Amino acid sequence: MSNGTSKIEYVSYLEHQGKYEGIFSWIFATDHKRIGLLYMYAIITFFFIGAILGLLMKIELIAPGETIMKPQVYNGVFTLHGILMIFMVVIPGLSAVFGNFFLPILIGAKDVSFPKLNRFSWWIFIAGSIMAVASQLMKDGPPDTGWTFYAPYSTSTGTNVIMATAAAFVLGFSSILTGLNFIVTIHQMRAPGMKFFNMPLFPWALYATAWIQLLATPIIGITLLMLIGERLFAIGFFDPTLGGDPLLFQHLFWIYSHPAVYVMILPAMGVITEIIPTFCQKQIYGYKAIAISSLAIAGVGFLVWGHHMYTSGMSENARWFFSLLTFIVAVPSAIKVFNWISTMYKGSIDVKPPFLYALSFIFLFIIGGTTGLLLGSVATNVQVHDTSFVVAHFHYIVFGGMGFAFFAAIHYWFPKMYGKMYDYKRANIAWGIIFLGFNLLYFPQFIIGIEGMPRRYFDYPIQFQTSQIISSIGGFILVSGLILMVFNLIQGARKGKLAPANPWNGSTLEWQIPSPPSLENFDEEPVIKKNPYYYK
Amino acid sequence: MFSNASNFVHGVDLAFFIITGISLFFLITLTAMMIFFVVKYNKKKGIPAVQIKNNSLLEITWITIPMILVLYMFYIGWEGFIPMRQAPKDAMEVKAIGQMWKWTFEYKGNKQSDTLVLPIHKAVKVNLISKDVLHGFFIPSFRIKEDVVPQKNNYSWFIPGELGDFDLYCTVYCGVNHSFMTSIVRIVSQNDYDKWLATLNEKKPDIDNKGYKVLEKNGCFTCHTKDGGKSVGPSFESLYGSTIEVATNGTSRKLVVDSAYIVSSIIDPNKDIAVGYPQGIMKSYKGIVKEEEFKLINDYLKSIK
Repeated sequence: MSNGTSKIEYVSYLEHQGKYEGIFSWIFATDHKRIGLLYMYAIITFFFIGAILGLLMKIELIAPGETIMKPQVYNGVFTLHGILMIFMVVIPGLSAVFGNFFLPILIGAKDVSFPKLNRFSWWIFIAGSIMAVASQLMKDGPPDTGWTFYAPYSTSTGTNVIMATAAAFVLGFSSILTGLNFIVTIHQMRAPGMKFFNMPLFPWALYATAWIQLLATPIIGITLLMLIGERLFAIGFFDPTLGGDPLLFQHLFWIYSHPAVYVMILPAMGVITEIIPTFCQKQIYGYKAIAISSLAIAGVGFLVWGHHMYTSGMSENARWFFSLLTFIVAVPSAIKVFNWISTMYKGSIDVKPPFLYALSFIFLFIIGGTTGLLLGSVATNVQVHDTSFVVAHFHYIVFGGMGFAFFAAIHYWFPKMYGKMYDYKRANIAWGIIFLGFNLLYFPQFIIGIEGMPRRYFDYPIQFQTSQIISSIGGFILVSGLILMVFNLIQGARKGKLAPANPWNGSTLEWQIPSPPSLENFDEEPVIKKNPYYYK
Repeated sequence: MFSNASNFVHGVDLAFFIITGISLFFLITLTAMMIFFVVKYNKKKGIPAVQIKNNSLLEITWITIPMILVLYMFYIGWEGFIPMRQAPKDAMEVKAIGQMWKWTFEYKGNKQSDTLVLPIHKAVKVNLISKDVLHGFFIPSFRIKEDVVPQKNNYSWFIPGELGDFDLYCTVYCGVNHSFMTSIVRIVSQNDYDKWLATLNEKKPDIDNKGYKVLEKNGCFTCHTKDGGKSVGPSFESLYGSTIEVATNGTSRKLVVDSAYIVSSIIDPNKDIAVGYPQGIMKSYKGIVKEEEFKLINDYLKSIK
C-alpha cells in the first residue's frame, strides 16, 4: 500500500514481494493462489508418475503371461497407480488446485478464511505424499493389496501396508482441513450482496464437496488405523481367524470411498458449469437446479456405498436398498447434463480449447454414468463386478470426468493464473490426441469386461488379447497427447502472448480483475447486485 | 437371442439389453444435440446469444422421466437377480474351496477334484469356502459371481443348460498368483457324470506326520511345494542339508540349510532371501508357529531331503 492513498499500485501475486524470498516465498506462502499453484505442480507430477505406471501395466498386458515384469511387480504397480491417482491426484485435484485459486476470487474475497491452516494443509499433503513414496522404498517391498486394502489379505501380506495406509491417513487430514476451510470461507467471506443463490456454481459444487470431505474422510482415517492396529497387534477387527469380519472393512472403506467419488466429480461438474455459459455467452440454464443437485448428489451419495459389495454375501435387503438408492443418485447427475446442453441452445458458441474439453467431458461422463447403471443394477452387476468393465467405468468417470474437467479448467483459467496465453492450435491437436487415445484405451475394456475378463489380472486367456492390444495402443496415444498438452502449457507460461483480463468475455468475478490477479485480488471490495451469469 | 448356458442368462441379459438400450438412446440423442447446437449456434455465424428464461414445466419433465426410467431399470435388475438367491432345497450340493491360488471342488463322500464337473439340467448349489483370504467365484457364461469369504457361508446356485467347458475365474484380488487361480466347469450328461464321479478318488488321508500337520495348518504349502515344483517360495523337497545362495541385506552369500536357518526363515523370513525369490511376500510367523513346533517341522523336512 503506498502512502495511505486510496489508489493501490497493481502488483501481480506472482511478483509480490512478501516476508520470504525465493523458494521460501512459495513454501511459506499463505496466498491462496500460490498454494493453488503449489498443489497443481505436485499433482501434475504425481499424475505423470501414475500415468507411466499405468502405461507399464498396459505394456505388461499386451500379451498373456510375463511380458516385462513378474506378477509381484505388477501387483505393486497397480497398487501404487491406484494410491497415487486416487489419494494424491483426483481427490485433492480440483478443489485443492482450482478451489484454492478461484473460490475466494469467485465469491469476491481476498483469501480463504484461514490462510495459515491452508498452508498447513498443503504441508500435510506433501508429508503424506512423501510417506506414500517411502512405502515403495522400504525394505519389506511395495504394498501389493490394491488401493482398496481389502482384509484379510491386507492384514496378512508381508509387504509395507502400514506405511501406505499411514500415508493415506495423513493425506486425509489435508482433505478434511481444506474442506473445513472452504465451508467457513463460503459462509463468512462472500462479498456484500452475494447471497447463496447468486453465488457462482463452481463455489456451490465446492461447498457440497467440502461437506463430504469434512464428514466422510474421518471414516477412512479410523478404518486405516484399525487396519494398522490389526497388523501390529492382531486385534481381530477384520481377520476372521481372530474373530473379525472382512465385510466390516469393506463397509467402512466404502462409506468413505464412495462419497470420495463425488469429491472428485462434483468440482468437475462445477468447472464445466462455469465454462459452458462463458463460451455460449449465455446465462446458465436452470441455475437453482444445478446448485441443489450438487447438494442432492452429496447427500444421497453418502448412502450408496453398498453397491461395491453386492456379491460380498450381504443380505438381500441390503442389496436392493443400495441398488435403489444408486439408481436414484443418477437423476441429479442427469439433470445437470440436461441443463448444460440446454445452455448451448441459441447461444453464440465459441469452440475454444476449454470448451472442447467441456464438450468431451459431457460425452465421456454420459458413458461413464450410464455404464454405472449396469453396475448399479444387481442382475448385471453380478456379471460385470470385479471385471475390467469396472476399470473402464471408473476411468470414464474419474479420468474422462474429473481428468477432462481438470484439463478444461487449466485451459480456461490459464490466462488468469499466468497472465499469458497458450497456443490454441496446439491445444486443439493435443485435445484430439487425448480424446482418441482415451477412448481406445478404455472402451475395449468394457467389451472384455462383459465377456468376463477379471480385473487385477497379470495373466489372461488368449481370447481377450485383441482388445488388450487395442487398449495398450490407446495408452501410448493418450500419454503422447498428454505430453503435448503439458508442453504447450509450459511454452504458454514461458513465452506466450500476454493475456487480457477477460479473454473469453466471461461474466464471473475472476474476469473482472487483472491477469494475473494482485495479492489481495480486488482493489476494492466488489458489491454483487446480480446473478453471476449475466449476459446482455 | 439368449444363450442357455444357465438358468440366469435370460434374466441378466434382459436387464443388460434394456439398460444398455436406454443408455444408448440418451448417449446418442444428447451427443447429437450437442454437435447440432455447436454447428447451428456457432459464433462464426455472428448471431448474438438469446437469453432464455427457465421453463419449470421442462425442468419437471426432465426430472420425472429419468426418475421413472431409473426406477424401472432398478426393478428389471432386481427381477433378474432375485432367483439367484432362491436355491431349490433339493439341489445337489458341492463345496468350492478357494485357497491361494487354487480351486478345489469337494463332492459328497469326501471326493475332491480340481475341475468342477456337473451334470446338465440339474440344480446345483455351490457352497463357497475360503481357507485364507477373500476370493471370488465367477463363471461368466453362467452369469454368476459371489465372493468367497472366510468363515462366511456364501453360496451360489444354478442349473447348467449346455454341455461343454466353461471358464471359472477368481475375481477378488488374492495375492501374487491371483490371475492364475482359474479352473474349468465341465458340464456333462448325467451318465458321464456318474461314471466320472465313480472314478474320483477320495481325499488322501493326511500324511501321519506331526511336522506335516504344522505346515499344513499354517498354509505353508500354498507357496512351498513338497515335490520340488516351483512356486512362490522354494520347494521343501531336498531342501534340508542343501547348499543355497541367499541375499542378506542385499549381498549374496552361500549357506547350508540347517535347523537354525529353517527357524530363522520362519521368524524373520526376509532376513536371508533365497536368490531368485521375491522379498516381502512371506510374513513373519513369530508367535504363530510355536517353539515346540520348530522341531516337528525340521523332522519332517529331514524326512523329505
